[in-house]
Amino acid sequence: MLSYIVRRCIYAIPVLLGVMLITFLLFNVLQKPETAAAINLGPKATKIAREQWVKARGLDQPLTVQFGRHLKKLATLQFEPSWRTGRDIRETFLQGAGPSLLITVPGFFCGLIASIGLALYQVFVRNSLMDRSITLLSVALMSVPAMVFIIFGQAVIALSLNYFPAFGYDWRGWETAKFLVLPVMIMVVTNLGYDTRLYRAIFLEEINQDYVRTALAKGVSSARMLSVHVFKNGLIALITLTVSRLPALIMGSLLIENFFGIPGLGNVLFMAIQTSDQPVVLASVYLGSLLYVASLILTDIAYALADPRIRLS
Amino acid sequence: MLHLVESWWAQNALVIGGFTLVFLLLRAGARNERWQRAWDRLKVDRAGLIALGVVCLYLFIGALEALQLPSSSGASRSVLDLFVGHIPVEKTYSAPLAKTLLSESKPDPLRGTHLLGTDALGKDVFVQTLKACRTALVIGGLTSAIYIPLGAVLGILAGYFRRRTDDLTTYVYSTLASIPEILLLAAIITTSPWGKGLGTMSFALGITGWVGLCRLIRGETMRQAERPYIAAARAIGQSHARIVTRHLLPNVMHLVLINFVLGFSGVVLAEAILSYLGVGSPVGTPSWGVMIDSGRSELSRDPLVWWNLTSATAALFGLVLSLNLLGDSLRRAFDPRRG
Repeated sequence: MLSYIVRRCIYAIPVLLGVMLITFLLFNVLQKPETAAAINLGPKATKIAREQWVKARGLDQPLTVQFGRHLKKLATLQFEPSWRTGRDIRETFLQGAGPSLLITVPGFFCGLIASIGLALYQVFVRNSLMDRSITLLSVALMSVPAMVFIIFGQAVIALSLNYFPAFGYDWRGWETAKFLVLPVMIMVVTNLGYDTRLYRAIFLEEINQDYVRTALAKGVSSARMLSVHVFKNGLIALITLTVSRLPALIMGSLLIENFFGIPGLGNVLFMAIQTSDQPVVLASVYLGSLLYVASLILTDIAYALADPRIRLS
Repeated sequence: MLHLVESWWAQNALVIGGFTLVFLLLRAGARNERWQRAWDRLKVDRAGLIALGVVCLYLFIGALEALQLPSSSGASRSVLDLFVGHIPVEKTYSAPLAKTLLSESKPDPLRGTHLLGTDALGKDVFVQTLKACRTALVIGGLTSAIYIPLGAVLGILAGYFRRRTDDLTTYVYSTLASIPEILLLAAIITTSPWGKGLGTMSFALGITGWVGLCRLIRGETMRQAERPYIAAARAIGQSHARIVTRHLLPNVMHLVLINFVLGFSGVVLAEAILSYLGVGSPVGTPSWGVMIDSGRSELSRDPLVWWNLTSATAALFGLVLSLNLLGDSLRRAFDPRRG
């Protein structure tokens, strides 16, 4: 097992090097240093100030030297401080991860339960009018941009009906929950359509297997067959899809956090994208792929644990 | 360069060229037996046909707005303006079918009637909603023109030649796929030397979009390459180039078509979200994303301005839903066992 994990980690190195190369191409080659200086110093900066800025960062040196520095910076996680706030990015990330996770983790698990439940129900009543209606509803949910759910939820449920606060976040123990209910609900609804369709396809694939016919033939009820046999076997395919989504939870949700004024990572990224705060974008691209690669390794391990047919050597 | 692209005849040539290309590809596909069978199945699928009709309507309106007329004054006029150009511009907001402006202090009478009211600049919301079809069409068309050739060609080559080609392609796309999509899009757009705009957005969406298609085509090509007809073609001495273009390409083309339709809906949705993030369509472009974005502040006005947001959402929803349903119908038509 240990050697398997070590081997998987070694396979991850070329991918991370590739990410470093892509970010270098984007931020240092495609973009001229002059442009970066203009974005950072603002339109009023003089030409001399811009040149000094480029020189201070070593952006006028040969690309090979710059690439070496870029590799070292990313590999040791020594990011440049934010252009807008001047704060250390690692600190920003550590502070923002908490509020983000408070929304995305409940949102992820509620969404998982809701969509698996719906998908199993659809498979239970497959090819009926109900099944087709839920599929149509799922496609309809997929066809609405996330902002519309947010704008609607905020305007109707929070502002008009006044069930929840429409904006803000305050750490007061259990009281915080009232700020979180609406964002979590919106996150569930946003992902519900896509996930339900996906899981329905997975379970439908399972239901045509031979073991299902055998189970039904020996007298297992169809409800038990779905909730025990099909669910357990479908879980293996489900693991690959869901574990790889876990790291994205730390990154938070850009739109939801911004709309509800939640000081999480999603909001930090939203502001960074809007103000072209390149060090923050670069750091989050790299950390995002680092987490993704880590989650792929986790997926493989989880997969190996869940399915005894998979050999580790 | 930019000046050339902005001239009216170059734009028209691009639009007509794009439509012709899609038409020629569809006609080439229609010779394939599998496509003929799929078309027979699609013809009896009522939901699919309705979706196809709605998508064609959107494309038609978008094409009308994208086709520019020459004008002496220098201001561009589209074919669509011939039909809606007479609708006057008001001073500011007015409610749908209202007689006066939406202002409590100075409710001046309007100069015309507006089916869906007017926006902050007094423009007719219905006309703006129609004009936004062009933005959707341009983004969808340009993005597809980038990611479809890239994904299809690399997928076929990787799946057919295997070995080094496959290793390299797989490496490139797994690296790209390891970066969270929205962050990669933002990074490409913020560092792009061409600035923000429809072209940059299409480029970014194209660079991130080919991965899924490439994976799909690679898998299908590998399956096809093991079938006897490819071995037979090799045995009678056909060249690699001929096998790829004459045998493999027609047999994976239906996946490209399905992906094109579903990808188009993804691009239209992505445009709305990117515009909201401030890295999408420039302000002033008629676009559903920009309209939804402005709808956010309009909902907190008193009296409430809801028509801008509602029209844009409804129009976007109609197109994306039809594309998704059409994509599903196509998938069922091409592969009735798994649909």
